[in-house]
Amino acid sequence: MLKLQDLAKNQELFSHGHRACAGCGEALAVRQILLAAQPRPVVTTMATGCLEIFSSIYPHSAWQVPMIHTAFETAASTAAGVEAAYRFAKKKGLIQDDIRVIAFAGDGGTYDIGLQALSGALERRHRFLYVCTNNEAYMNTGIQRSSATPYGADTTTSPAGRVLPGKVQHRKNIMEIVIAHDVAYAAQTTVFFWRDLATKVQKALDAPGPSFLNVLVPCPLGWRHLPSETVRLSRLAADTCYWPLYEYENGRYKVNYTPTKKLPLEEFLKPQGRFRHLFGSEAGQQVIAELQRYVDEQWELLLRKQALFGEESAKA
Amino acid sequence: MILAKTGNEALAYAMKQINPDVVAAYPITPSTEIVQLFSNYVADGEVDTEFVPVESEHSAMTACIGAAACGRRVMTATASQGLALMHEMLFIAAGLRLPIVMAVASRSLSSPLNIHGDHSDSVASRDSGWLQFFCETVQEGYDTLIMAVKIAERAYLPAIVAIDGFILSHCQERIETLEDRAVREFLGQPKPNYNLLDWRNPILVGPATLQDYYFEFKRSEIEGMRRALPVIEEVQQEFGQRFGRYYPVLEEYRCEDAEAVLVVMGSACGTCRVAVDQLRAEGRKVGLVKLRVFRPLVHNLLRTSLAKFPKIGVMDRVDAVNSYGGPLFTEITSVLYDLPERPKVFSYVYGLGGREFSPEDARMVYEQVLSGKKDELVTYVGVR
Repeated sequence: MLKLQDLAKNQELFSHGHRACAGCGEALAVRQILLAAQPRPVVTTMATGCLEIFSSIYPHSAWQVPMIHTAFETAASTAAGVEAAYRFAKKKGLIQDDIRVIAFAGDGGTYDIGLQALSGALERRHRFLYVCTNNEAYMNTGIQRSSATPYGADTTTSPAGRVLPGKVQHRKNIMEIVIAHDVAYAAQTTVFFWRDLATKVQKALDAPGPSFLNVLVPCPLGWRHLPSETVRLSRLAADTCYWPLYEYENGRYKVNYTPTKKLPLEEFLKPQGRFRHLFGSEAGQQVIAELQRYVDEQWELLLRKQALFGEESAKA
Repeated sequence: MILAKTGNEALAYAMKQINPDVVAAYPITPSTEIVQLFSNYVADGEVDTEFVPVESEHSAMTACIGAAACGRRVMTATASQGLALMHEMLFIAAGLRLPIVMAVASRSLSSPLNIHGDHSDSVASRDSGWLQFFCETVQEGYDTLIMAVKIAERAYLPAIVAIDGFILSHCQERIETLEDRAVREFLGQPKPNYNLLDWRNPILVGPATLQDYYFEFKRSEIEGMRRALPVIEEVQQEFGQRFGRYYPVLEEYRCEDAEAVLVVMGSACGTCRVAVDQLRAEGRKVGLVKLRVFRPLVHNLLRTSLAKFPKIGVMDRVDAVNSYGGPLFTEITSVLYDLPERPKVFSYVYGLGGREFSPEDARMVYEQVLSGKKDELVTYVGVR
């Protein structure tokens, strides 16, 4: 089992001094991922977005690993090109090391504008890890809704108004879309659970084909919570089953974390300004109830998938 | 070797001989065959290339960028809507100074949909920072694609080699190919600016820049384009010395004492040569100025050449809708503006969507330019 003492000995490949907001969940995730990836040499790509802006404003760079940024929708397709170049160099004996390619993109760059490039790269089975640092909206451009934004959230393009309660659709299930590509490894996690995250990074990097991590990263700016609440909210997301930690490997689903007591969703929603409009009104309560129903349904569905396609089912 | 090949076959064959490290491509008429034939070479083990059959042209160009940033020799091919879909990434390839070489079988842009040849696609990519070559024949396409690899790698800029869709891409011509070894020796190994895979020496490619640095990056890219012209001339010279086929950046055909010339790019140069020969036989003083390099714009060469002629027709196989004449016309009139005595310059738009442009059409244009009288700003040749 991974120990914090061991991770702490690794080199900080995502250096301090970058321009992320205080309490940025994404910066935490990237730092943890690059700690966990060691000692494997990695070459990375990233989509346009918060991460690119806060880590790479010329002449500064937070990246102690090779990094290329091209455009918004292109984390996966850039990685495809890098991976092809690596395969060429490897087959020609120009490189001896086993290099791993990691693509970073936010939820906008993954669920929305980059979905086609991601699908193509997964289908072609490039060996790379795609990390979606998911803060559930377009935070870099000022908190616009994405297809990862949850039902009822107040964003600048799904604003809570006199008629509409915020976003009126549920979020897209990107994990199932990715899994439908028969990937080598796919997992969902979040920054509070550092061991879960680090283990999944290592599994994903060692998987024999394309792999995917969906990492929930609380965003103080967009979720409108205190910077000091980032890690607690990350934990509450799992404890309410809003964000189940699970993985998909060799055709099997495995839930990695079951809360001892499944907390009501309101515990997760209440500290966040994006859900504040839902509290204190009858209409708001109905929205919360619908969101709770959706979370429960998805959680039950996941447990059934585990029962049907999990290790238990394999033994039976 | 002497072979009969269509433009697409010839470019695919050139790609085989170039043997690029990575090719990422997507099919589109009329360039599909280039990629298709190339994938046969991959399937038969005739090339060492890592072939990435992507899910769109956008990803084709992006994967090319990723691979080229790893210091590899990278190629692709496309046309029309495909080139339009790549548009965003074209600027990024050039901004990152990556010598990607792309064969384009030039085709019109929708709507309405039309699969045939004109220059709408390449010319729409004019300001993306790519070198652009327009070829007259299949032979020229073959030779230019090989030269473009060396030019791009020396200038650290990406290059488009355009052959007219269907007119050249699907038309069989007699071509003289080079030996595989000769191509290899001519090209040598690329000397990349940087290699992302060198993980022990990490670099950041494609950072964000603000008001304090963006302009300097762009300025240096512009300078790179300016310095590409001597590189082009040098490589064309080397190619000529080695293989006996010389390609000037700008060619004057039977322009001695010409009273009227047409400036033309692409396959219509051949058509105009026929018209020039006929008119010369009749004692008319006409000539052809063939522009082979569209980017960088060779303004000094154009000015020196065109200053000699009193009447000039500029032929655009594309319209810049509601601009002051065709795209090449506006550039050429700008180039000539500083001359103490400016020639008369006329704008012609022809051949959109593959509309036939015959020697008779060319003759008609020459007659009008010779007359020195034209009522409308742009004459649309052959439109009903």
